[in-house]
Amino acid sequence: MSYIQIQNLWKQFGDTIVLERINAEVEQGSFVTLVGTSGCGKSTFLNMLLGIQQPSRGTIMLDGSPLKAEPDAERGIVFQKYSVFPHLTVRENVLIALEFGASPLWARLTGSARSQALDRVDELIEKVGLDHAAKRYPHELSGGMQQRLAIAQALIAKPKVLLLDEPFGALDPGIRNDMHDLVRDLWQQEYLTVFMVTHDLKEAFLLGTRLWVFDRVRIEPEDQGAYGAHITYDLDISEQGKTDQAFPSNEELEQVLTEHELQAQAS
Amino acid sequence: MRIINQNPSKPVRWMLGLLPFIVLFFIYIAASQHRLAENPNDKLLPDLGKMGTAIERLALEPSKRTGEYLFWQDTASSLQRLAMGVGISALLGLIVGLLNGAIPMVRANLSPLVTAISLIPPMAILPILFIIFGLGEVSKVVLIVIGIAPFIMRDIQARTLEIPKEQLIKAQTLMANSWQIILRVLLPQIVPRLLDTVRLSLGAAWIFLIAAEAIAATDGLGYRIFLVRRYLSMDVILPYVLWITLLAFCIDWLLRFISARLFPWYHSQQAKS
Repeated sequence: MSYIQIQNLWKQFGDTIVLERINAEVEQGSFVTLVGTSGCGKSTFLNMLLGIQQPSRGTIMLDGSPLKAEPDAERGIVFQKYSVFPHLTVRENVLIALEFGASPLWARLTGSARSQALDRVDELIEKVGLDHAAKRYPHELSGGMQQRLAIAQALIAKPKVLLLDEPFGALDPGIRNDMHDLVRDLWQQEYLTVFMVTHDLKEAFLLGTRLWVFDRVRIEPEDQGAYGAHITYDLDISEQGKTDQAFPSNEELEQVLTEHELQAQAS
Repeated sequence: MRIINQNPSKPVRWMLGLLPFIVLFFIYIAASQHRLAENPNDKLLPDLGKMGTAIERLALEPSKRTGEYLFWQDTASSLQRLAMGVGISALLGLIVGLLNGAIPMVRANLSPLVTAISLIPPMAILPILFIIFGLGEVSKVVLIVIGIAPFIMRDIQARTLEIPKEQLIKAQTLMANSWQIILRVLLPQIVPRLLDTVRLSLGAAWIFLIAAEAIAATDGLGYRIFLVRRYLSMDVILPYVLWITLLAFCIDWLLRFISARLFPWYHSQQAKS
């Protein structure tokens, strides 16, 4: 049985169908990148994985059991912004993740438990390249460093699935490349299962082992909400997959996406 | 250069800021001299000497009747009432506002009530307070609490709801329960905002304090002002008003100073947004 099973997933808000007929299976260790035009429902899909929105129909199974209807430690998240705690230093931001789990009442660790936890924290902070900034507050960090912190926070809780919601969308291109290296290294070292929403097709190809394109195939011009989007392309873009003959070229995909982008802008 | 682009340098800014105070001071002195020249017993605009004598009498000589130094006694009583009223309001405002902001079930239950209470004009129920709590200290403190606590509650609720949802979701993915989120994510971020709200409500707190003291008290800054009004003692009233203003300024400055010291991350955030 697959690690993640998505069966006949629908999502609608009132009369507007956002997603329809989503069926997919994802193996552990996959890196799935989600692309599509604005408003195609890829963020809604990620929110359902995260547990902050619930499917209207269908189920998502993770490791053999259905997802809880609220966020929990099985799923880690990195948002585009606002996901670190501004009142805590870098070190405290990561430490608090261990304190939540270990100290139900005060969420504080003391004594040897604290120093053991801090060893783990420092190790991870070094891994994401923030060891020189351990005592700084988030407002003293650049955007890229804040995202490194957010990733460290998410990883220390050892989630089964890591969700990335356009995590590098607000960063400069140079910084973005560094972050790509970091995420790819961590993904390999920690054997993570990752879902990443992105607007950047190059990024999607570079990082993913699997690319999902969300799009509306059926369109009712009189009523935009009548049909939802679903996964129109599900491509294996891992190293083996890329040698596959049936694989559409980058240019083809680029063209498909651009056309839809133009349509979306025109309407 | 356009006038909207002309920024004063630091010394110029100080001078410009001080100028109105100096002008007002000299206008007063001139008006006072003018009146005193016509009638040396005029009480309406006393000169600095008269005010000095009056304050000296109240601050440095024990009262003939009670043996207390009235000026300091008044100050201590008023500040104690103000501190209790504002302190209790801040605590209530923090607890109710935070719970309203954090827990939808509590918000649905309490938020309409808080809004309704905040619309009652506090002065209108002062007689009720005197009837229930008597004319002692409790009534004055309760008036301040009724006057400002609902405002603080509503503001803290709004501030709590302003904290980005992303942080709450993040905490949940790190295994935090509701209580832990309130304790370690929301509370520490709300405390500096509470200090801001308290600073804003201090003006109202002074109004309620002085009103309560004017109506029923045996000491206090407001009591003294309204007492000596009967004798047209402007030489006492004016220094008292200046003193209250100075106290209000110092309390405001102190709260701002404490907040900047304890919560540097909060103030740099404010500067950015």
